[in-house]
Amino acid sequence: MRFLTVSGPPSSGKTSVILRVIEALQARMHKIGVVKFDCLLTDDDTLYAKKGVLVKKGLSGALCPDHYFVSNIEACVTWGKENGCEYLISESAGLCNRCSPHINDITAICVIDNLSGVNTPRKIGPMLKSADIVVITKGDIVSQAEREVFASRVKQVNPGAVIMNINGITGQGAFELTSLFETASDIDTLKGKTLRFSMPAALCSYCLGETRIGDEYQTGNVRKMDMEDNK
Amino acid sequence: MRHVALYQQPLTTTLADHPYIEDFLSSFGLPVAASNNSLEHYLDQLNPDLLEDLGLSREQLQRSLDDFLNGMLALRKPLDKVESLTIIGGHNKSGEAEEVELTLQPGEVTCIVGPTGSGKSRLLADIEWVAQGDTPTGRKILINDQVPDSQWRFSTEHKLVAQLSQNMNFVMDLTAEEFIQMHAESRLVTNPQEKVAQILEQANMLAGEQFCPDTPVTALSGGQSRALMIADMAFLSKSPIALIDEIENAGIDRKKALNLLIREEKIVLMATHDPILALMGDRRLVIKNGGIAKVIKANEAERRNLQRLEEMDNQLLALRNRIRSGETLEQL
Repeated sequence: MRFLTVSGPPSSGKTSVILRVIEALQARMHKIGVVKFDCLLTDDDTLYAKKGVLVKKGLSGALCPDHYFVSNIEACVTWGKENGCEYLISESAGLCNRCSPHINDITAICVIDNLSGVNTPRKIGPMLKSADIVVITKGDIVSQAEREVFASRVKQVNPGAVIMNINGITGQGAFELTSLFETASDIDTLKGKTLRFSMPAALCSYCLGETRIGDEYQTGNVRKMDMEDNK
Repeated sequence: MRHVALYQQPLTTTLADHPYIEDFLSSFGLPVAASNNSLEHYLDQLNPDLLEDLGLSREQLQRSLDDFLNGMLALRKPLDKVESLTIIGGHNKSGEAEEVELTLQPGEVTCIVGPTGSGKSRLLADIEWVAQGDTPTGRKILINDQVPDSQWRFSTEHKLVAQLSQNMNFVMDLTAEEFIQMHAESRLVTNPQEKVAQILEQANMLAGEQFCPDTPVTALSGGQSRALMIADMAFLSKSPIALIDEIENAGIDRKKALNLLIREEKIVLMATHDPILALMGDRRLVIKNGGIAKVIKANEAERRNLQRLEEMDNQLLALRNRIRSGETLEQL
């Protein structure tokens, strides 16, 4: 089974891009599974189900979404394998820009959109900077010059990646992206694999449900801003 | 490929020769200053905790920098000139052979006509992807009569195709001058000031109404935006092929716009149903059921009619201007 992780900022077009790729993969008679990770709620699983692919939805609720992702992804891969999927795609949003679901030896895709602004690429961490393929969306509504500037900014922070422009609405470029999916590594399990980058840590009183503000309520892994240098 | 000297000589020299390294590091949140130490020394002394906070590792940073330098040095190399683009037919949606072999040259305008859903976008995508029989149409694309290097598919620096379509807008909060300046810098052109001035001047020649360098790009009218996009595409985009999806007939001199792209030796492909634009082309590809069904060469009779169409168009334009200036049209 070929497994790929797709991530990207909220509303960048991840689901649309994956749907277009699914159409292209289905035309080649492949059986596909999708795992959709989200926080509070998502209806995207119904969009996937409508395409006739196998869907699993995971909502992290009160937990850190990326920690939730990594604690569940191995079981998801087993689930995909047991159900006879030839392709399994995980979709998760990078909410804090510092976390990343990308796994060593597993093809990693980051979806980012032209409307997010030219400074956005440098603000996103390993999710973008360690991806193998960067998909840039919404290119049909901005000028050629903006597309070129945006792509060069992406190139600057991830010069080794394949950068592709995909139109999630018309599907322009999706066929071409799909041909890269076909070269993703074939795996049976995620056992023994490692994340490309450690996830941001927190282990403090607020992780355990503290709501009161003030030094006396803060215990554990707490970091303080430097308030002195501006005086 | 590693550029050993670049890592070992003093940073003063490296940063002077390759100023974009500073920009690269600052995009990762890492400040760097010229000094007698080497780039290697700079990377070695970075605090691992700081890197962890930035979501980076020393190895990954090193790898990215190597890739980045390779890309930048490639950008300095002149590109093989595209002298011709050949489309070799595949098949239409019903699997019938598309009996076409067509060679397009710089300075030629080819129009693409056909109803929505007929396969115009697929043809443009085949060209952009430099298809080699590996797309749903089975078409093959040759550049300079040869199967091209696959770098055309994925390179961001050397993209084969620049695109302009009707829904495109400027979204950046910059003035026209700042905007073009930023584009010029990202393309590493040697004389950015000169290019910017040239583009603004040309855009103003195409636009019906003049705009200033300090006009925000988001405040430009539809015609002015198109004019600026076309001038920018002609002078700054390195892509040898321009794909245009219709140029609306408002606030822009379409004939001058096309001539600008022709003069800059672009291979122009234009999806249009506008009779004037269609007759300005050297040929028209008629797309039906996913395939090129017919190639119409522009002929004398059509060229003669183009003049008449332009007269009709000018009459309409005059009426439009009368409406704009508050006149009535009781008398035409």
